[in-house]
Amino acid sequence: MFGEIFNVDFIASSIRIAIPLALAGLGGVFSERSGVINIGLEGMMLTGAFTAVAVTNFTGNPWVGVLGAILVGILLGLIHAVTCITFKANQIVSGVAINLFASGITVFFCWLLFNETQIMAKSNLPIWGLPLPNIGEGSTFVRNIIVMFAHHSPLVYLTIVIFILAHLIIFKTPFGLRLRSVGEYPQAADTMGVNIIKMRYMAVMTSGALAGLAGSFLSLEQAHFFVKEISGGRGFIALAAMIFGKWTPLGTAGAALLFGFGEALAIRLQGVTAIPVQFIHMVPYLLAIFVLVSAIGRATPPSAIGTPYEKEIG
Amino acid sequence: MKGNKKYDYYILLEKITPLIAVVCALLVGAIVIILIGENPVFVYKTLFSYAIGNRDGWGNVLFRATPLIFTGLAVAFAFRCGLFNIGGEGQMYIGAFFAAWVGFTFTNLPAFILIPLCILAAAAGGALWAAVPGILKAKIGVHEVIITIMMNWIAASLSFYLALVYKAPATEAMIAAGVKQMIPHTKEIAQAARLPRLYTILNSINIDFPAHNQVNVSFFIAIGVAILAYYILWKTNLGYEIRAVGYNPLAAEYGGISVAKNIVLAMVISGAFAGLVGTNEVMGYKYRWRQEIFTGLGFNGIAVALLGKNHPLGVVLAAILFGILNYGGAIVNIYTKGRIPRELIMVLQAVIVIFVVISDEVVKRLIRRRRKMV
Amino acid sequence: MSEFALEMKNITKRFPLVLANDKVDFSVYKGEIHALVGENGAGKSTLMSILYGLYQADSGEIFINGEKVNIANPNVAINLKIGMVHQHFMLVQPLTVTENIILGMEPKKNNVFIDMENATKKVEELSESMGFKIDSKAKIENISVGIQQRVEIIKVLYRGAEILVMDEPTAVLTPQEVEELFEILKLLKRQGKNIIFITHKLNEVKALSDRVTVMRRGKVVGVKDTKDTNQEEIASMMVGRKVIFEIEKKPFNLGKTALKVEKLKALNNKGLPAVKNISFKIREGEILGFAGVEGNGQTELVEVITGLRPASSGKIFLYDKDITNYSPRNIREDKIAHIPEDRRRRGIISNYTVAENLILGSHYRSPFNKGLALNFTAINNHANNLIKDFDIRPSDKDNFLKSLSGGNQQKVIVARELYGEPKLLIAAQPTRGLDVGSIEFVHQQILNERDKGKAILLISADLEEILSLSDRIAVIYEGEIVDVLDPKKTDEKEIGLLMTGSTTNKKLSKVK
Repeated sequence: MFGEIFNVDFIASSIRIAIPLALAGLGGVFSERSGVINIGLEGMMLTGAFTAVAVTNFTGNPWVGVLGAILVGILLGLIHAVTCITFKANQIVSGVAINLFASGITVFFCWLLFNETQIMAKSNLPIWGLPLPNIGEGSTFVRNIIVMFAHHSPLVYLTIVIFILAHLIIFKTPFGLRLRSVGEYPQAADTMGVNIIKMRYMAVMTSGALAGLAGSFLSLEQAHFFVKEISGGRGFIALAAMIFGKWTPLGTAGAALLFGFGEALAIRLQGVTAIPVQFIHMVPYLLAIFVLVSAIGRATPPSAIGTPYEKEIG
Repeated sequence: MKGNKKYDYYILLEKITPLIAVVCALLVGAIVIILIGENPVFVYKTLFSYAIGNRDGWGNVLFRATPLIFTGLAVAFAFRCGLFNIGGEGQMYIGAFFAAWVGFTFTNLPAFILIPLCILAAAAGGALWAAVPGILKAKIGVHEVIITIMMNWIAASLSFYLALVYKAPATEAMIAAGVKQMIPHTKEIAQAARLPRLYTILNSINIDFPAHNQVNVSFFIAIGVAILAYYILWKTNLGYEIRAVGYNPLAAEYGGISVAKNIVLAMVISGAFAGLVGTNEVMGYKYRWRQEIFTGLGFNGIAVALLGKNHPLGVVLAAILFGILNYGGAIVNIYTKGRIPRELIMVLQAVIVIFVVISDEVVKRLIRRRRKMV
Repeated sequence: MSEFALEMKNITKRFPLVLANDKVDFSVYKGEIHALVGENGAGKSTLMSILYGLYQADSGEIFINGEKVNIANPNVAINLKIGMVHQHFMLVQPLTVTENIILGMEPKKNNVFIDMENATKKVEELSESMGFKIDSKAKIENISVGIQQRVEIIKVLYRGAEILVMDEPTAVLTPQEVEELFEILKLLKRQGKNIIFITHKLNEVKALSDRVTVMRRGKVVGVKDTKDTNQEEIASMMVGRKVIFEIEKKPFNLGKTALKVEKLKALNNKGLPAVKNISFKIREGEILGFAGVEGNGQTELVEVITGLRPASSGKIFLYDKDITNYSPRNIREDKIAHIPEDRRRRGIISNYTVAENLILGSHYRSPFNKGLALNFTAINNHANNLIKDFDIRPSDKDNFLKSLSGGNQQKVIVARELYGEPKLLIAAQPTRGLDVGSIEFVHQQILNERDKGKAILLISADLEEILSLSDRIAVIYEGEIVDVLDPKKTDEKEIGLLMTGSTTNKKLSKVK
């Protein structure tokens, strides 16, 4: 039975489940590292999911769909940025407002454009098979591993590239250094000539782009359709992954994978154990709560998070 | 600070920002309607005249407003303590389920015991569900936003499961058609647990009111709870402490107030309010627990609370406005033969929220600048 | 070629509530170490912030090496080779030494990545040129305060600073670290740098500077060559001879010991010792004044006594009852009143009305709370009475507290705390930021309580206040009581010296 559960398929589906969480979580990393809380990742993901399918169906090209999702994500990120950074509104309220907005507007446009409450994606992203090295008589296990890594949607590979890039950007470039300083101690960064406002805008819009991309993966790759509320709380679980990953790209990816394993395991157990299916559905959310509780004290957010930047006067 | 006229003018402005936000949103809505190719004047006229132009409309509006009053109060009450209760959705499911369970389990009790019992059960269910994030925040310091949202999803699954456990037996028609239960729902609650519809009351005092209208006594419970919320917050010691913690936890601590205790109490009361949605949906409408009758109410509660400026009176008014938009939207959808989707209303509501948030800040800044110049 | 590295002429800067700089002239010769001294609020930090481009002066001119300049923001200042080491370090805790130093001016590799090797090399070179080694990979949160300061110095040198401004550099250093800092500064002077350092510790002025400028209440009161003056003269210039009003104090009748603090120790928010073994007693009818510069442990001391901070060891007794680590509510129930030093953060709820603020702390008890409801008649009467007795303006009990002036806000706090006849009153910086009339009022209230036989703990950075009100004066410095004095037998100079780190008159010769 162990072999039935923990096989190549299991790993593959864990990865698939993890990807949207990881991408959205990475968006959270950028935003929060600059000091802005982004609760609106859920709404950005949802809108991205819708946009991806809608644009794909209109243009016939899933890549344009992905692009559309990213652009819409950036747009929503911009709204959040303006509300929180320029208008200095409460960041959580703004995020919640974006989620409400996304819920409504996705269903609205779905109905308006397609006269349906859910739409199938008309074209799918290709599966890219990487050329397999010829193992010949080698072990099945090794071959399975290679198959597992070589046979995925291009978005999976894109995600891996994005995460490597993100890690390099945040920890090895001037942009990343300044980003981190802005989220920790903006006053210090200001005295060193860093433009706090510009950094925060860029970070929040990036988080929107990533959340939009996550949504496109969800609707184009995982589900192959869009239905209302398809994001299913993943935007919030992504935040839990970000916290567990201590606001780092690689940590977030790891945490997302953990969530992926957990959910994949739960799904596999569905047919096998006597636990009712509804309790299995609870697993990702219970896991998130557990993660948050255990992270208290151990993972601390960037110090300047949540407060709009005001130059101190007199 | 001089209390000159201009200064007071800005305070007044602060109070009517919701109105400004609504008007702006309606304008945006008008633009969208034009883009769809319809006439906004016709649309809005239809919407408002059907929604508030006759008794049936009012009944429908108030019926839809009732659960929003409960969830709006829940969000508003928690916010007064500085807490974000986004968990209204889950607290609502659990509370409503408790009410239903009491309603179909204790079928032998008379109405004057069973009804209050069901109402209390609804409140208790919501309170229990909100206690978890409350305690986690007070004792450990976990932020309640994500926890309450996770609890929503858990509640959804849990109540789905419970609905299956307490599934209503198949009706003869269903057996005949060979259809299994599609949307999970429970048995019906006892007759004694049901809240009378408004038409029965109005007809008995010779006021004409359509019998098919769903508005029921729960609306008055909602108004009563709004008054209760007002009373607690501004007339009791508990409310004094809760609001103090919301405004300035450091000063509250200095004044001897237990911040942890008040956080838990605020969340629990907030959850109880959300749980009471069950009185409308279960005790007053479907007489059974069905998952799909609820969705979206919790989140709309947030919009209602923001629009109502987190004040019970504002919440009631905002809930009624949303009720008008909801019902009116359905009517418009019918009258334009589906060309204007009901979801336009959802977009309008969200736009209202964004405008409220922005206009709030703009006015606050104007006041601050004014104060600095005085 | 000007002999001046820096000249600031006729600088005026006004903030909404205060005239911070009033026609200030300030100049620094080339290659000198120049001390800028004054009490809190004298205007020294504002002047230097203008120099660094954080603020713009309302009027006046600045000349660097004889050339007129306009310093619009810190970037311009940095380009003009002005470097500022702030009192509260502008260091990002989780980042490393090198990362903090290069922030904003990062050397690049391939135009994309940070060239860490280059940066590390530069940092190590700079630190060696100053005579010490530094672990460039260490995170700021893991290194000592003394080393953090060196990081700040390297930061400004990295940007090529020629004029270094150090704002209260020794405020957070141990004596050993202070010695090391002085060596570094002298070395920098030998290298031709110009150094301005702001301080209120007069022994440092003597030890380090070539010239000293003294400021008081926004104006320059004197500029001297350090070798031609001494600490007493500087202290008297700093503190001034002004006396706002004479207070008539009745001779005191001492009663029982009301408060006894034994070997109290407590940590501050960073986990470092702030209260380091304090013991004292206050008797009924006595005002014990703690004199000290803010940041020497007074805040934490008050918080421990009032239940807002845990004591790490030691005991507190109120009339023989052990009240160590009581909750704030219990402290209030034992009739200890607390006028907090940070009135806006701790003392008032600005969105509550005057009436609501006046019951904070007793809101849950009768007569204000009856069963399930607040008794508004009692609350309103209480408010109106206190407004009348304490002349709170405007006199409407329904005004939001945020619309009251600082002085009236403080009156609300005083009125509230004194209501109910507390046995012990703790007043921390009770007249900070108040106008003359309010100050007089608060002082009168405190004296009234004393005459009624209450025990009073007064904490203040204002020497005049301490001298005129206290029956005994304890001077606190770096978390310990350095001396207890009789106000009739001491004066501002002596207290000022103790407050600023030198010991008694006899030990003056210890300073270089």
